[in-house]
Amino acid sequence: MPTSTTDAPGAGASQRRPLGASSPRYGERIIKAFLALCAGLSVVVTIAIVISLVAPTIGFFQKVPITEFLFGTKWSPGFGEQSSYGVLPTVVATLDIVAVSLLVAVPIGLLSAFYLSEYAHPRVRRVVKPMLEVLGGIPTVAIGLFALMFLRPLAAKLLPFLGWDSIFSFGVAGVAVGLMVVPLVSSVSEDAMRSVPRGLREGAYALGASKMRVSVRVVFPAAISGIVAAIVLATSRAIGETMVVLIAAGATSQIVPPWDVTEPVQTMTAFIGSTATGDIATGTITYNTIFAVGTLLFVMTLSMNMLAMHLVRRFREVYE
Amino acid sequence: MDESGAPAIQVDPSELHTHGHIEHSKKVFELNKVSVYYGDSKAVSDVSLDIYHRNITALIGPSGCGKSTLLRSLNRMNDLIPGARVEGEVFYHESNLYDRKVNPVQVRKLIGMVFQKPNPFPKSIYENVAFGPKSLGMKDDMDDIVEQALRDAALWDEVKDRLHTNAYGMSGGQQQRLCIARAIATQPEVILMDEPCSALDPVSTGKIEDLMLELKRNYSIVIVTHNMQQAARVSDMTALLMVELDSDEHNRWGEVIEYDDTNKIFTNPRDPRTDQYVSGRIG
Amino acid sequence: MVTNEKTPRTGRTRLAVAGARAGSVSVFGKSSPGERAGSVLFPAVLLLALTLALTGLASLLVWSFVKGYPRLDANLIFNAPSTLFPATAGFRPAILGTLYIIAGVIVLIVPLGVGAAIYLEEYANRERWYNRLIELNIQNLAGVPSIVFGILGLAFIVRGPLDLGFIAASASITLALLVLPTVILAAREAIRAVPPSIREGSLALGATQWQTLSRQVLPASTPGILTGVILAISRAIGEAAPLLMIGAVTFVMFDPSFFSGGYTALPVQIYNYAVRPQEEFRNLAAAGIIVMLAVLLLMNSFAVWLRNRYEQRW
Repeated sequence: MPTSTTDAPGAGASQRRPLGASSPRYGERIIKAFLALCAGLSVVVTIAIVISLVAPTIGFFQKVPITEFLFGTKWSPGFGEQSSYGVLPTVVATLDIVAVSLLVAVPIGLLSAFYLSEYAHPRVRRVVKPMLEVLGGIPTVAIGLFALMFLRPLAAKLLPFLGWDSIFSFGVAGVAVGLMVVPLVSSVSEDAMRSVPRGLREGAYALGASKMRVSVRVVFPAAISGIVAAIVLATSRAIGETMVVLIAAGATSQIVPPWDVTEPVQTMTAFIGSTATGDIATGTITYNTIFAVGTLLFVMTLSMNMLAMHLVRRFREVYE
Repeated sequence: MDESGAPAIQVDPSELHTHGHIEHSKKVFELNKVSVYYGDSKAVSDVSLDIYHRNITALIGPSGCGKSTLLRSLNRMNDLIPGARVEGEVFYHESNLYDRKVNPVQVRKLIGMVFQKPNPFPKSIYENVAFGPKSLGMKDDMDDIVEQALRDAALWDEVKDRLHTNAYGMSGGQQQRLCIARAIATQPEVILMDEPCSALDPVSTGKIEDLMLELKRNYSIVIVTHNMQQAARVSDMTALLMVELDSDEHNRWGEVIEYDDTNKIFTNPRDPRTDQYVSGRIG
Repeated sequence: MVTNEKTPRTGRTRLAVAGARAGSVSVFGKSSPGERAGSVLFPAVLLLALTLALTGLASLLVWSFVKGYPRLDANLIFNAPSTLFPATAGFRPAILGTLYIIAGVIVLIVPLGVGAAIYLEEYANRERWYNRLIELNIQNLAGVPSIVFGILGLAFIVRGPLDLGFIAASASITLALLVLPTVILAAREAIRAVPPSIREGSLALGATQWQTLSRQVLPASTPGILTGVILAISRAIGEAAPLLMIGAVTFVMFDPSFFSGGYTALPVQIYNYAVRPQEEFRNLAAAGIIVMLAVLLLMNSFAVWLRNRYEQRW
């Protein structure tokens, strides 16, 4: 290397480095493949869920006509020849729980979200939001026991004129489930409210609107799809909740209207949870019943989640 | 195109010689009808120009004229933007950077870059400088490499006592010089600078400009700037880009309208639009 | 209509001026009674709702403490469960079981969750249908009821293709799959928070994509990822429903092991005590809840501390 310029740091070794592929590109590819596999696992899990649900469900419907399952009004599986497989009582029981829980969670969650989004001082928000998150993270078995041992006696004392014959009551269980989903409702709807642009609010304030008017007439309609999404998600969570209803709602299979809140009922999840705890032999009709009910549960929650995701995407698209 | 069949293109350093600084004997880049697209829309159209060894070449023009886009096509940083596509040829010495055989990672090792906003890594000053050489697998004494790079970036005296403190504790101007030190630690041949002073105060800007004139002795520098005085102060060659519109004003793209010695651009341009732009009447 | 100072005011202009005055008084001065009531009552109602929710939380905590306090002793932690002696029965095998299960969960979710998050944030081309499918699918999985994961565990892991049997390892896998979406979503957010300029800076130095990720992006997003992992673990600790279906409900009196034999977990043991009719067992369950809540609170505080202490502000 005759010339002196090559001593300089900039011109030395670097220029002899080739431009072509010399770095370990195979390594990069292997890494990418591994990472893609990790991500693809989720699809495998979904497929596995569908397979594990569908195969026994088909077995179930070979024994039980699908019309009897969907429209029958008597649910007493596991009694040999006397069994009947009308799923309606468990579905109605689930809907009873959903109705009561939404009656609790929607007003409380929505109004809390209004407060946090429109009124609360930032410092209050910083304290209150984590507290709500803690409420959302309480194990459901704890909430179930709380419902059975605290809410149930409390309700009997506050509303003595209702007939509290059983220690189990779907009303109490529904209130507990509602309490559990309040954080979900409030956080999703608060997100939607906060993504309403400032300009929209300021436009209304500039017209002399009061804070309440802005909240109710401007923010609420603008955030409506997010709020509906929150309610749909809460419904899905309430449908799928197991431990609370298993502990506090009882195991009586009966069709009860949603106003008979003191009655014990058995929901779809409670049926699955209590039946599967025994060591049932694979392939028996009782075993397959679990999966048939599970399939119904999966379809119900999946469609609600898809709807909620669609709604959330809509408010994101509008304002972001 | 040219080096048919050669898997790895090599440049013999003995070919490189510089006598005077403005002698345009040696080209680093040769752009041949380069157009850059983002998706379907054209951002830069049909640029052909040569960039010379150990010169400072400035790309100036109004905002949105595609000067940063053009700069980023010189070290294939545009590859990182989804949908971005380069047509034409960018020869780096004798090899087309957009040849299929070329590995963009290798390109960036030879052609460093400094960005508009200082972007040090959230690590110590030392680690910021050492990151590049370590990624390249350089085996030399890392302490020496770091010290040399910081000295070359005129930063050593200010930071030698706090090499292991977080880089985010530095001032903006120091952070930008750290980014320059980081770029030269990998011993590139070319340094691309994308409006390196736009986020800095005048004093820091002056320091960076002095540093560029210093670095010119060993590196070829291409700088994008919106500041015409800066281009006039530091650069040897200047290219002026302008926004062009098609007839129905639906599409807009950038084009190089004049490329020449900086002196000529600022005193005696050929194109009347250049005269208007540098005297502040348009743009 | 042009009026100037000199022309005397007609009746109509006087009326108009008075009207305007009244209008501005009503705007700037006192508001209407209805509006005043609204501006006080409305926030009061909102605050009441929030207070109700927080009261629910507070009464749950106080209740479990009052009920469980008499049984907060060493026996609670170190004694095996018993169906006969609620006064000295404890949670020892359940606590050990939970520890084993959670250890397994951590080993599974950290690489899988972070790997999936890196892929989706840094490698996946969102134009491709399969990447959009993966994303949609993860969001959907996050909403699948936990009991359905129990069904998956029963049909696919305990029996079926994996056929591991009713052991703690099966529980680890089931719960890991259950909380994986949580980890992925949190890790994605943490990775996304690292500004693109850091990636550009690294790539412009000639670092490869993986070097950029492993040495710059991941270290910078570690606090956020860890927070997500901790939240996922705390969910796994409290989850009972899927475990009911995969054998955790058996009454285990001995210390469990990971790959063989029966096992149980803390929330399932609590459930086991809770469904017994005797008051003493329910109080024992409440004491178990205190233990579980204490662990969860500790983990959550750690997550908050971690976030505040190490989170990089850009």
